Amino acid sequence: MNPLRILIVDDEAPARSRLRDLLSDLAISVPNQIIAEAADGVAAMEACAEERPDIVLTDIRMPRMDGLELAQHLGRLPQPPGLIFITAFDQYAVKAFELAALDYLLKPVRSVRLATALEKARHSVLRSEQLQLLSPHGRSLLRSTERGRSLLVAVADIDFLRAEQKYVTAHTREREYLLEESLNQLELEFGELFVRVHRNCLVAKKAITGYERSERDAESGEGSDTQWLLLLNGVSEKIPVSRRQWPQVKALLKV
Amino acid sequence: MNPTSIRHKPFATALPDFRNLGVWLRILLGVNLLALLWVLARNQSWPRLADEFVDTALWVEPPLFVLLPLFHLLNPWLEKLSLRHGRLTVLLLVLLVVGVQHAAFGSLFGDLMEVRGPLHAMLWAGLACIFMLGYFAWLNTLYSPALAEARLLALTARIRPHFLYNSLNAVLGVIRHDPKRAEAALEELSDLFRVLMQENRELVLLSDEISLARQYLELERLRLGERLQVDWQIDCCPPDTLMPPLMLQPLLENAVYHGVEPADGGATITVNISAEGPRIRIMITNPTHSVGHQSGNQMALANIRERLMLFYDLEARLETHETHGRHEVLIELPHRRQARS
Repeated sequence: MNPLRILIVDDEAPARSRLRDLLSDLAISVPNQIIAEAADGVAAMEACAEERPDIVLTDIRMPRMDGLELAQHLGRLPQPPGLIFITAFDQYAVKAFELAALDYLLKPVRSVRLATALEKARHSVLRSEQLQLLSPHGRSLLRSTERGRSLLVAVADIDFLRAEQKYVTAHTREREYLLEESLNQLELEFGELFVRVHRNCLVAKKAITGYERSERDAESGEGSDTQWLLLLNGVSEKIPVSRRQWPQVKALLKV
Repeated sequence: MNPTSIRHKPFATALPDFRNLGVWLRILLGVNLLALLWVLARNQSWPRLADEFVDTALWVEPPLFVLLPLFHLLNPWLEKLSLRHGRLTVLLLVLLVVGVQHAAFGSLFGDLMEVRGPLHAMLWAGLACIFMLGYFAWLNTLYSPALAEARLLALTARIRPHFLYNSLNAVLGVIRHDPKRAEAALEELSDLFRVLMQENRELVLLSDEISLARQYLELERLRLGERLQVDWQIDCCPPDTLMPPLMLQPLLENAVYHGVEPADGGATITVNISAEGPRIRIMITNPTHSVGHQSGNQMALANIRERLMLFYDLEARLETHETHGRHEVLIELPHRRQARS
């Protein structure tokens, strides 16, 4: 059997060192290999993209990106790794793990428990229902890659998402981000926060401040046509609403 | 009686402690409230209410301004009397001062306003005095030493499990590679727990509080390393100041949990302690972060607020602010020094 490829994620150096010690103790009964260590969720995502671990051992409270958010991102990989959460004391998270039937270890970690958890995680695959239970509102950060560097954009900062040829761009007050995700999936995940206004566009409900009407010549040449445009808070561009989506948008705006 | 003990409460002795500002405040407010009720009961037309209250206040305030300093001066002697004699003395003094004052005012301003006999005023003053003594007796049972002690013990017996398990995990993490460091950490942990577990009802020296806080931070540094920076601004605080035990440590724990742990890179906590006249000012600040939930924070603060109330009544205060991206906790205590023995 190939050794388990393991990624350790914890912001505290002694906690990582403890896991290293325990894993090396278990090397005979559970052959394993530590392929990388990361100090927060973002670094862990990078490591997963490069190394494809079988199992990720992750702390929950970490700077930049916590363990629960990391799980949301890992769950979306084509072949998600097995996940084992490790926490010192977090009643909320523990309740969520039990609901989602996800395995977790308590700090200080014991070698016997770690061995059982590894055996279990080897055969289990992270299911989307579990992620749904873990954080019902989906991710709070999206990952964008730009010239090989990955950037994070907070979902709360996004005014609108637009599909442009191959990519989707997320537009925030400051700048645009390229996302490697489909608009349909994003709509499914963030349906509570965003509304579809056009075949290629989702708009954050909280950004909408008003709408206006513009007359234009229809491309089909059937004479003048009415077009509705959405005004967004702090965005100069007016977002066109397609005729097909207008009824839904109208219902949302209560007009 | 040990002057640094919780038993030395403003109203835990037989009579209220007339040297306590909170007691003065309660007496002033209580008596004026009674006067207002009296005016309301007699009032026949609303527009005259304010005038009537001012008229009454002219009779009510002067005796108060004589009596409060008088009780303040007599306090050491009053403390020695039995409860019954103490109360009787207070009542007689009130009647005497009000009677004399009334007679003097009557002879001075008798032609300017309608003056009733001093007996009438003494009757009301006596009733007000009995009411206030009753009120303090009631507070006394509310904050009785036994109850206060029980509450204090319940309040200080809390230890954050988050801190305990993370620290133990960190000790286990270094035990193989750096046994000396692990040894030191376990020693610090046991020192800290000795203090946490003892009965913390006596005021302690500020210098002891500070060294306990340093020990705690040393333990946190094992986990967090260079991410945890602390800026101590304590040059102008007298180390023989007395303060309630275990005030700094829980506040620093909050600052680490909410300010340092979620910080990307690292963060600095500032601790500023200074003496300003008769008061001691303790200010702890940490950077704030939007990530992570804020629960748990309020519990530690409510706990400290209640303990300050038990130790100092209205003489201490605790405030929190958010300024320039930093969370700020401010505590002000009356400046008490260790009695030289």
